[in-house]
Amino acid sequence: MQVPYTVKARPDTGLYNAKIGIWLFLASEVMLFGALFSSYILLRAGSTTWFVGSEELSVPIGTFNTMVLIVSSVTVVMAWASLRMNDLKKYKLYMGLTILLGLTFLVVKIMFEYLPKIEHHHIPSTHNFYAIYFVLTGLHALHVIGGLIVNAYFWGPGAKMWETDPEQFTNRIEIAGLYWHFVDIVWIFLFPTIYLL
Amino acid sequence: MDATQDIKKEISGYMKIFGALAVLTIVTVAVSLLKVGIGLAVFIAMVIATVKGSLVASFFMHLAHEKKLIYLFLLITLVFLMSLFFITFGTIGDQVGVKIVSESISSGVH
Amino acid sequence: MTEHHPHEPFWRKYIFSVDHKVIGLQYAITAMVFLLFGFCLMLIMRWNLAYPGEIVPIVGKLLSEEGMLTPDGYNSFGAMHGTIMVFLGVVPLAVGGFGNYVLPIQIGAPDMAFPKLNMASYWSFFVGGVLMLASFFMPQGTASSGWTMYAPLSIIAETGETIWLFGMVFLITSSLLGSVNFIATVIQLRTKGLTWMRLPFFVWTQFVTAFLLLLAFPPLEAAAVFQLMDRLAGTSFFLPSGLYVGTEVLNVAGGGTPLLWQHLFWFLAHPEVYVLILPAMGIVAEVLANNTRKPLWGYRSMVYSVIFLGFMSFVVWAHHMFLTGMGTTMAAFFQTTTMIISIPSVIILSALFISLWGGSIRFNTPMLFALGFLPMFGIGGLTGLPLGLASADIHLHDTYYVIGHFHYVVAPGTIFALFAGIYYWFPKVTGKKMNERLGKIHFIGSFICMNGVFSPMFIQGLAGVSRRLYDGGTTYLHAQPVLQWNEFMTMSAIGLGLFQFFFIANLFISLAKGDKASSNEWDATTLEWAAAPSPPLPHVNFEKVPNVYHGPYEYSTNGDNGSNRDFTPQHEAVKG
Repeated sequence: MQVPYTVKARPDTGLYNAKIGIWLFLASEVMLFGALFSSYILLRAGSTTWFVGSEELSVPIGTFNTMVLIVSSVTVVMAWASLRMNDLKKYKLYMGLTILLGLTFLVVKIMFEYLPKIEHHHIPSTHNFYAIYFVLTGLHALHVIGGLIVNAYFWGPGAKMWETDPEQFTNRIEIAGLYWHFVDIVWIFLFPTIYLL
Repeated sequence: MDATQDIKKEISGYMKIFGALAVLTIVTVAVSLLKVGIGLAVFIAMVIATVKGSLVASFFMHLAHEKKLIYLFLLITLVFLMSLFFITFGTIGDQVGVKIVSESISSGVH
Repeated sequence: MTEHHPHEPFWRKYIFSVDHKVIGLQYAITAMVFLLFGFCLMLIMRWNLAYPGEIVPIVGKLLSEEGMLTPDGYNSFGAMHGTIMVFLGVVPLAVGGFGNYVLPIQIGAPDMAFPKLNMASYWSFFVGGVLMLASFFMPQGTASSGWTMYAPLSIIAETGETIWLFGMVFLITSSLLGSVNFIATVIQLRTKGLTWMRLPFFVWTQFVTAFLLLLAFPPLEAAAVFQLMDRLAGTSFFLPSGLYVGTEVLNVAGGGTPLLWQHLFWFLAHPEVYVLILPAMGIVAEVLANNTRKPLWGYRSMVYSVIFLGFMSFVVWAHHMFLTGMGTTMAAFFQTTTMIISIPSVIILSALFISLWGGSIRFNTPMLFALGFLPMFGIGGLTGLPLGLASADIHLHDTYYVIGHFHYVVAPGTIFALFAGIYYWFPKVTGKKMNERLGKIHFIGSFICMNGVFSPMFIQGLAGVSRRLYDGGTTYLHAQPVLQWNEFMTMSAIGLGLFQFFFIANLFISLAKGDKASSNEWDATTLEWAAAPSPPLPHVNFEKVPNVYHGPYEYSTNGDNGSNRDFTPQHEAVKG
């Protein structure tokens, strides 16, 4: 007997297994980023010197990246909607866009933010401002990379499942989308906290 | 088809939310240029970020129509997160702004 | 669609299996090896405490050229003993082993909700364990600043703290994946008729434990990243400005605080101790109900208590930090929450005790260990109370009293419960019976020796002997009157080790030529006994998926269904 409720929802909870799984995982991620944010506040409050975010970091670049992620949130939910309308081609288009936007975010971050910082010797060991900046945005970037790998798999080899089990495949894209939205939400909080405050 | 019509309605909803998010992003940056104290600045920034985050969660993540169980997980998480932050702050918050290093030592550092 | 599993190759069936039973056994066996290793570390430490600076027999040459344990070696063993016992021994056995194996069958499920994730979580644990063990063989040695890894020592230490942190990242990942699996499984895969209040108490404890792991570990993960950065990238998350090391100020940017590490660490580590005890309570509850032939007393109270306990465990953490200068208001806060959290613990322990009243008690080996757990956990819990009171803690913090307290809870507490579980479920897992005589000798010897090792620690702690002292206090005046206990405790520890041979021998002999066990060897009511063969079927567990008709402990039902058995299995309706 297969594990039940992998595709169909269990009647009393109204949920299929992976939906519960991903929300539980996101709850733990809330604790992770929450701990990081809390540490940021505690370190900054207890520090005798701090830097003005908008002077050390480029607000235009940060704003651009914020919009990139928000648009990618739209494209990933469109990818899921496309599957629910049985349109595999549109799904591939939107998922492809999501991946491109994610890559854009990373390239902008690395090329136009991290590398210049390193060149100017504004590195984590210089001051806790940079330390927490690199750790917070770095861990977020690692989560973006993780999401990109998952999305790329579902765009490419994973999409074969559409032919054998379209309903489960659609569910998987929903789950992948939920993760991606969470990564977007983290950045929505990160951006003002580090760049603007 | 009925289902497709529903989904199309959802999609137009997504676009509206996207518009709101874009506007709020501009607002976030614009508001940061105002000269207000750090307390007020933090409050405004967090309110706007919370609204944006809630829009993404409620509509893109469908949290607005999700099952009670998921709300329960998130509520529990929020409670513990708040206690992590506020209780910890309670124990070391009174040290905020206190200079730990005396002048004579600090002047010899790097 | 019926699953027809073609013949699986060896590596798929036994190494990279997705079957929760195989994974559970992998966890259990790996964990028991680690427990043995951690025990041996302790024996060497205890030899040194009894005879400071003397050559350690048998393994001396491995420790140093002269053959004795050096002070640095002592610190290293101390840090790794704690780490290995907690993270590589007890939790993987209690949660990864027992939880994985028993839980799905007890709820009538064919497997966990996410079998592949389950496999991933075992192998992540394995990698973490390998890293931890590997540190013994590296030139810089193992971590040596305690399992608590307090900054700034852990940051400036030139020993193996870095690999410890990387190992923890793998262990935390394993835990997170596992807890998602456990929670989703209990919520989604309960069989028809198995409502929440019909769950065996064991399932409830595993469920709450999974929440603790899910939500408490991430802050430690964040802290581990910070500490890695401090050690490797020269940051100052936990380093204050102007820190003197020796005669020089440390050349870092500063601005951080060691207290941030402590808060993030203990935010996990306090719920972690409930992770250590809850599965044990669950096992004891199962064994007690079964061997008293009556339902558990106060099942509903126990369920509410365990939920409340889980919740409270998140808001007591800084009772480990009373001496860090937090001010009386916050100290009062943590003291209050700590006192409150003792209430659900007492309710559960009391309910278990009262469950014995009027029972037809069968004194088999699992029952002996379960009975032994009760007063031992009682002592452990009671001795925690002075530690939770901020004023008394001033005298007792970082003394042997603390070591006595937590070892009572974990060693003759949790580990006894785990032994009970092994003796109880061995027939289900293997289809063979364990030897009762060897089991009873194992129990009596362990019980006596456990008390011999740990009760003098209260005496030493009250006298003010500090923990983590290489020589057990010989250089301190206030320790002189109580030093004689060191040799007594060491002899008890050696005795304890010797008695474990009875257990190890029993395992192997029974596996090889134990008597055949029936599928319901203990006449139990819960699904793993009553509805599945011994061992349960690969991948599906049951020949026929059971439905549940009533609560989990219908014992002392007289001649139901026309039989003369004294119990009604959960998957059979009670008639007449």
